[in-house]
Formats: sequence, structure tokens, C-alpha cells
Amino acid sequence: MGRRRSFFQGARDALPVSLGYLSVSFTLGLAARQAGMSALQATVMSLITNTSAGQFAGIASFGAGSPLIFTALTQAFVNLRYILMSLSLTQRFAQSGHLAQKLLAAFDVTDELFALAMKRDRPLDPFYYYGMMAATIPCWALGTLLGATLGNLLPQPVIYAVNVALYAMFIAVVVPPARTDTKILKLVALSMGLSGLIRALPVLGGIAPGFRVILIALPLSFFFARRYPIREVKP
Amino acid sequence: MTNAWVYILVIAGVTFLVRAFPFVLVRGTIKNPTLKAFLAYVPYATLAAMAFPDMMLATGSVWSGLMGFIAAVAIAWTGGGLFKVAAIASGVVLIMEVLL
Repeated sequence: MGRRRSFFQGARDALPVSLGYLSVSFTLGLAARQAGMSALQATVMSLITNTSAGQFAGIASFGAGSPLIFTALTQAFVNLRYILMSLSLTQRFAQSGHLAQKLLAAFDVTDELFALAMKRDRPLDPFYYYGMMAATIPCWALGTLLGATLGNLLPQPVIYAVNVALYAMFIAVVVPPARTDTKILKLVALSMGLSGLIRALPVLGGIAPGFRVILIALPLSFFFARRYPIREVKP
Repeated sequence: MTNAWVYILVIAGVTFLVRAFPFVLVRGTIKNPTLKAFLAYVPYATLAAMAFPDMMLATGSVWSGLMGFIAAVAIAWTGGGLFKVAAIASGVVLIMEVLL
């Protein structure tokens, strides 16, 4: 398949993801405005980042005035899963391909594009990946812009409702595997329990949410890795 | 307050480094089972701790947030996808906020 065909095939396959991104990034734009970013800043952030949980955590850090080092650490931890996805993708592209070609795809390793890429035969054509990026990144940025500009016109109950959407997405990511895997169910329940506990404590409760997440996720994931090693990582 | 652009550069920069790291540094696959397992568990631990209790504190009343949380868990548990879960949780919170 030629580069051109691969590119358009990728763009076409990613269209449903684009529509989803349009609505999800609306929330990001709104959250960014509420944290004190301008519409331009929010839109540029979405153009160069493309990660809902990471951007949301970053916006929260900015809004809370967290030190930059904590912001960077939170970002790294929230995005740690991309290491696994990128690792998997290194095995998918032709080994002969240029590093620069792969790094361009690495710029947009998201849960959804990763899932689409896994459905393709090896070796994965980088241009297929670029097609997916071309279809989704503009929608991600446009949704952010709309949320940042029109979000303020919305009445307060609607804003609260939209606020909740991203948290609900996190739940949509963790609950289905927790249902089929007891280890993950324990991990999710413990993580939420500890998070609620720390939040309720007098002094620790006041720390930035991102830092609380690191305090919980780092030791808990390590404990689970020792207690329940994984022999096979798919795919 | 530090300039928002600095935060944006940190957010974008760290995200790219995390995504690019395996392509640049790891030529083969990671063999260490503990590290593999750690990386597999981290997303669940982080996302769970981010969702709770913060979802309940993101609304006007803790009760509407709690109802949204319960709705999200219930829909996700019964097989609802990302957008269905988000839409229904938002709907529940909207109704609660208007009623309360």
C-alpha cells in the first residue's frame, strides 16, 4: 500500500475517535479557562500535547500553583502507560525505518490511536499513523478552543456536569479491567481508598492532587508488581 | 504565579519525552518482570487515585458528585464505553445540581 493510501486509510479509521476527541477536549478547554489559562494557551497546549489525563493533571497543577518539578513528575506518572504503548509500537514499525519517522508518531501515542494501530498488520506504516494524527489532533485542539471560549457562557450546573466527565472517563478506563481481573480490582479499590483517606487528613489533605496521586501510585504499583508479577504483557 | 506558557511547555515536553523514550533508548523489549508489572499497574493506580475523591469535589454539592461517581462505576461495570460513561455521569450530575 502506498504512503498516500495508508495516510488516508489512517485518517478514515480514526474519524470516530476524532468525534470523541471533539467532545472530550471541550472539557479540557473549560478546565483550562477556570484554572486561569487563556483560550490561546489552552488551544496551543492541546495542539502540542494530546493527552486528556495528562493535560487535565497539568491544568490542575497550574491552577493550584504547584512547583514546576511536581508538575513534571505528575505528568510523567500520569503518562507512564505511554511507555508501555510506545514499547509495543517499537515492535510494530519496520525496524529499518528512520528514528525521526518513529518519533513523529511517538508525538501522538494516545490510548485510542494505540488501540487502532494494534489492529493493523506488521510492519505498521508510519504514514497510516500520520493519517490518524491528521484526523484527530485538529479536533482535539478545536474542541479545546470551543470549550475555552464558549464554556463560560454555560450555566453553573452545566459546568459542574462537564467537570465530572473527565473523572468519569478515568473510571471508564479502570473499571472494565477491574471487573475481569481481581488484582486490578484490588489495586483500584486500594488506590481510591488511600486517595480518599489522604484527602481527608488535616495536613496531607491540602497537597496538590497530582502529588497525592504520585504518593499513592508509586508505592502501590511497586507493591503490586512484587506481589503479583505479570509474566505475559499483551500484546 | 508562574507564567502559563512555562507550564504548557513542561506538560508538552514531559509528555513527549515519556512517549519518545522507548523509541530512543530501548532497542529490544524490557525483560525485567517487576518493571514490566510496575508499568502495567501504574495507569490503574494513578487514574483511580485521580478519580476519587476528586470527582465528588468537582461539583457544587458532594452528593451530586457522589451520584455521578456511582453512575459512572455502574455504567462502566456493565460494559459502557468511554463516552457513554462520561455522558451519563454528566447527565446525573446535571439533574442533581438542578434539583438540589
